[in-house]
Amino acid sequence: MRKETIYSFSSYLRNEFSIEGYWFGKEGDAAEPAACIIGSMRGNEYQQLYICSLLVKRLKELEADGAIIGDNQILVVPCINNFSMNVGRKYWVSDNSDINRQFPGNKDGDTTSRLAAHLFEKIQGFRYGIHFPSFYRKGDFIPHVRMPSTGKESASLTNLFGLPYVVTSKQRNYDRSTLTYNLQMQGTDAFSVYSGATGTLDETLAKQAVSSVLRFLTRMGILKYNCHNGYIASIIEEEDMVPVKADAAGFFRRFIGVNTEVCRGQLLGEILDPYEGNILAEVRSQADGITFFAANQPTILENATAFQIIKKLHE
Amino acid sequence: MIETVVSVNLPVGEQLKIKKNSLTPDHIRGDEKRICLVSGIYGDELGGQYICGEIIKRIKEDFSLLRGIVDVYPAINPLGLDARTRAVPTTNIDYSTVFPGDPNGGMEDYTAARLVEDIKGAACCIDIHSSNIFLQEVPQVRLNDDYSEELLRLSKQMNTDLVWIHPSASVNEGSLAYTMNHMGIPTLVTESGAAFRIKYDFCEQIIDGIFAVMKELGIWEGEIRVKDNVPIVKENEIYYMNCESSGLFVSHRNLLDHVREGEIIGTITNPLLGAVEEEIIAPTDGIIMTLREHPGVAEGSLVARIIGGSHL
Repeated sequence: MRKETIYSFSSYLRNEFSIEGYWFGKEGDAAEPAACIIGSMRGNEYQQLYICSLLVKRLKELEADGAIIGDNQILVVPCINNFSMNVGRKYWVSDNSDINRQFPGNKDGDTTSRLAAHLFEKIQGFRYGIHFPSFYRKGDFIPHVRMPSTGKESASLTNLFGLPYVVTSKQRNYDRSTLTYNLQMQGTDAFSVYSGATGTLDETLAKQAVSSVLRFLTRMGILKYNCHNGYIASIIEEEDMVPVKADAAGFFRRFIGVNTEVCRGQLLGEILDPYEGNILAEVRSQADGITFFAANQPTILENATAFQIIKKLHE
Repeated sequence: MIETVVSVNLPVGEQLKIKKNSLTPDHIRGDEKRICLVSGIYGDELGGQYICGEIIKRIKEDFSLLRGIVDVYPAINPLGLDARTRAVPTTNIDYSTVFPGDPNGGMEDYTAARLVEDIKGAACCIDIHSSNIFLQEVPQVRLNDDYSEELLRLSKQMNTDLVWIHPSASVNEGSLAYTMNHMGIPTLVTESGAAFRIKYDFCEQIIDGIFAVMKELGIWEGEIRVKDNVPIVKENEIYYMNCESSGLFVSHRNLLDHVREGEIIGTITNPLLGAVEEEIIAPTDGIIMTLREHPGVAEGSLVARIIGGSHL
């Protein structure tokens, strides 16, 4: 393993800011850039950093055992934003910008745009790119993997991670400035692996994410690693999931978690009047299926998505 | 007349309401044109609050000059304005990414969709912004480079120091202006001053521009004051100055100053060492259109923009 500072700058207020990369496998001109793995870009993505730290540890051991095949080279960048992480900020500490909306970046641009540009340059040419992002909704969700909607995505390739679900979705207006979209447009097959947690460390989910990445690298001929075959994923279109909305605003009392089979009409939760405690609305499933997402905040807004159901799917 | 455009129940004993003040002539013919003035999409931008209030006040001073309908929406993100946050406080969502919204969506999507529905049919919409906490801007209109001739014609009336034509690649597809323009409603965005501040002289300039646009549309019959020959500036005529070191930006110049190539615009100093880390040098002859407002900078921070080219 070789540790490299990919980008750095100094400040009189804090330590030097640096993005550290960990290289595994073949070095030099003969090296074949096989996979780059990118961790937390936001200051609350502790689980994503934790997964990368486990990967670095495991890849170190595997490299020592000669498990990296041929000329393959793997790069792991565990954290792009330790400055925000150390002060409890989600976005970039000094201007609140989101690094995962800055790609491909500009080396002469603003701070986060430069940071994105330097990282992006370093990971050009890899066959596969894997990013651990955080989910856009506050809540619990089933671990899954996605490819950006660029027209070049492949659900069958995504299936090789062996996670229970592959989710596809239509392009949203901000997707074009994300890391995976831009990697994909540059010819790298890029994946977003959602482990199921963000601001907390979940050991079980983290190990599942690590296994899924090592499994994928093995199946792509990059690594020799014997592990469980994982799942043959169910491929879900996000737009086909049934949202269960809150009919009122108030306290959200949830009866059901994620990855649970539910029936149409089943009571999933209640909205309570925060002053008087009476039930303002019931939250009932709109479909038979499995809960993919469940809001987990103490209060909920009217018409907010309380659950997402993968319809007509059984355990 | 004050109307609630959309309301959403909040969890604990409160409703979010986006309100508008709809000003109509005393005698309605039925074929009046309508202009929509929108502000407060970002909760840290206060210039638009002042502008909206002043527009209403001045129309009320002489209603007889009003020939069309003026719908004023001062606070699209009232929770952000109250909480002094740029984004929507509970969700941290940037309101300028959610348009056209979704009538069946959550709070931001739903309110955005209802706002778009309310604006539909207008002859013009003006989205009034006030930069951010980091940069101060001269009064300007920003347009996509796929603008319509009608939009350019109205923009020239806005009494700003420039009309900046952005390349489409940088356009935010989730913005109100992008959505309304694609629906065929000429919508222009003004920027001036800085967030959390009201620069009254810049606001007066924009107010004059809004009355001029209203006159151009046949909505207002009063006297107007408007600049001649507003420069239309393309992206390749704007020079960006980003610093290469971290520290404090100490400005030597002001907005709208003419500068010569090689002149020092400001310095980046290191307060710990008492040293100048970097001099920010003008890369061209021109006028300062953007200047750093927040003195704290990191490597890469934008500290100034200069309009070069033939606009001197």
